[in-house]
Amino acid sequence: MSALLEVADLTTHFMTRAGVVRAVEGVSFEVAAGEVVGLVGESGSGKSVTGLSILGLVDPPGRIVAGSIKLAGQELVGLDGESLRRLRGRRVAMVFQDPMSMLNPVLTIATQMRLAIEAHESVSKEAARTRSIEALAAVRIPDAAQRLDAYPHQFSGGMRQRVAIAIALLHRPALIVCDEPTTALDVSIQAQILTEMRGLVRDLGTALIWISHDLATVSSLASRILVMYAGRIIEEGPTAAVLRNPRHPYSRGLLESLPFRVEPGRDLQQIPGSTPSLLRLPDGCAFRPRCGQATELCHKMPLLERHERRAFRCHHPLPAEVGR
Amino acid sequence: MSALVEVREVSKLFAPRLSLGEKIAARLGSVIETRTVHALDRVSLTINPGEAVGLVGESGCGKSTLGRVIAGILSPTSGQVRIAGEPVMSGGRRPVKRTTRVQMVFQDPFASLDPRMRVGHTLAEGPIAHGLVSRTGAGAYVAEWLEAVGLDPDFANRFPHQFSGGQRQRIAIARALAMKPDVLVCDEPVASLDVSIQAQIINLFLKLRRELGLTMLFISHDLGVVRHVSDRIAIMYLGRIVEIGDARRTYANPLHPYTQALLDSVPKLVLADDEIVSFKAIHGELPSALSPPSGCHFHQRCPHAVDLCRSEVPQLREIEGGHRAACHLAPVVDHSSAHAR
Repeated sequence: MSALLEVADLTTHFMTRAGVVRAVEGVSFEVAAGEVVGLVGESGSGKSVTGLSILGLVDPPGRIVAGSIKLAGQELVGLDGESLRRLRGRRVAMVFQDPMSMLNPVLTIATQMRLAIEAHESVSKEAARTRSIEALAAVRIPDAAQRLDAYPHQFSGGMRQRVAIAIALLHRPALIVCDEPTTALDVSIQAQILTEMRGLVRDLGTALIWISHDLATVSSLASRILVMYAGRIIEEGPTAAVLRNPRHPYSRGLLESLPFRVEPGRDLQQIPGSTPSLLRLPDGCAFRPRCGQATELCHKMPLLERHERRAFRCHHPLPAEVGR
Repeated sequence: MSALVEVREVSKLFAPRLSLGEKIAARLGSVIETRTVHALDRVSLTINPGEAVGLVGESGCGKSTLGRVIAGILSPTSGQVRIAGEPVMSGGRRPVKRTTRVQMVFQDPFASLDPRMRVGHTLAEGPIAHGLVSRTGAGAYVAEWLEAVGLDPDFANRFPHQFSGGQRQRIAIARALAMKPDVLVCDEPVASLDVSIQAQIINLFLKLRRELGLTMLFISHDLGVVRHVSDRIAIMYLGRIVEIGDARRTYANPLHPYTQALLDSVPKLVLADDEIVSFKAIHGELPSALSPPSGCHFHQRCPHAVDLCRSEVPQLREIEGGHRAACHLAPVVDHSSAHAR
């Protein structure tokens, strides 16, 4: 099966006055049609910039300096603004952490949805309205017909995120990139949106890249997981397998620092130090200064080694558990 | 054992200031539509010496307001907070905080530290003003507290922008502790930190509790974090505490339908390939605090609600061994169908 999205050696840098920020450094992965892939990492790991690069939304001083992004065989890197605009919203869409960053506060939802439809199709006002109501109903916004004429500020945070998802789904894109879409929401609202998202992608066959720092939300949604650290993918594999038996010390460190892994009141396992500056990355493996396993060998950048469906970038991987 | 912190029937209303025109209209007898937010509705809570109480709830439930009232940053509209028997706020028309026994740590360490003040100055300012340390002894005092939170004493000469988020939160904790408080109120102290840094700060709280015997109110929306650091936990919904009890027991056997639903909405790590997590999402959204529902605030979203729940406010009452819930139906709630949507 050929992949829907093929990202190869994607490298996105930001040319700042302080120097070159290597936000994404040689990232390669694929997403199959209808697949839900989780992209996990802490702040500064490059997960959001990877998502923005796919949509051609990296603004100066940022630039994709190398690599290729193919959507259903079509190369996206190097496309001009007009061609990208024709793709965005129709073939690939994005949902952000803060829905207000994409909703226009002075236009009604009806107007914004009509504009989003008209960007790619010529339809009558009535047809646009009907489609908007259907889209809002699909993400379970109650009284969609009335709510359509409201302004974004009249919606709660959870409802706004539903509107953003409804707009992303308008043209039935093959791929939606969701960047921390539930992080700003309360747990009960997050649970509602996760449940609905899962139903929608299953029914429509939409592929998702779900970017999050929260391993638990990702694990409840994604079948495959990519862990990023300092601009690179350091581990990849089927979600449950990676979480059960992480091979990279950083993935294990992240998992073990979660509170439920130990008795309440006991000290948590902690990763010492903090994430390195992307301006001054250590030589070799970027996790080396924080890693308990590091040796001389780690001054040389490890390659992403593939073993069947798993991959990890480490000279001293943790042992694979057998028989599980 | 007598309680160190006593919160008695505290209510807090936020009302917008009336404009001049509205004031005149009110004088002339017309009814002004008020937009009063009932942030806290007769909340009572006690914290014993050395105890850590976790306060959880969703945004808008009043947990931060309660924290600020306890810390003496906001004065309650009615009711009183006492620490070791002394009221936190003075009386009179414009109450002021009159104790240093309670200090606060805020969520955002980027906003809570003065960017133009050297860290040493930030830490020494309060203790000097309150005579805890002399100006000449301040340097050593600051160094001691920086070390206590795991920072290099030499950092005293630096400015906040030279530190990472986790380090800044350590500085904020040191600033609060340098006032030698009996009670520390922490409002989402790890929410804006990365997972690996969260663990470091949680461990710091655990260590400080062990070493200093701190009494803590730990406010968070993250149920996992709260469970880890708290002895008892209180769950708030729309301005009221709906359940309070021993942390382990409350997580294992929640009595209030809201607590049950909240615990069920937390995503769990999926470790099996074929496991499909079902979220039992709470139906509907948090009602507006401008016009809270009658009776039990949760009745519109509760699968068990009966007529009594719509008409009468349930009081917090003891269900079993110190575990209290504000539900007319507790403990008859049927756990298996508690989350039917």
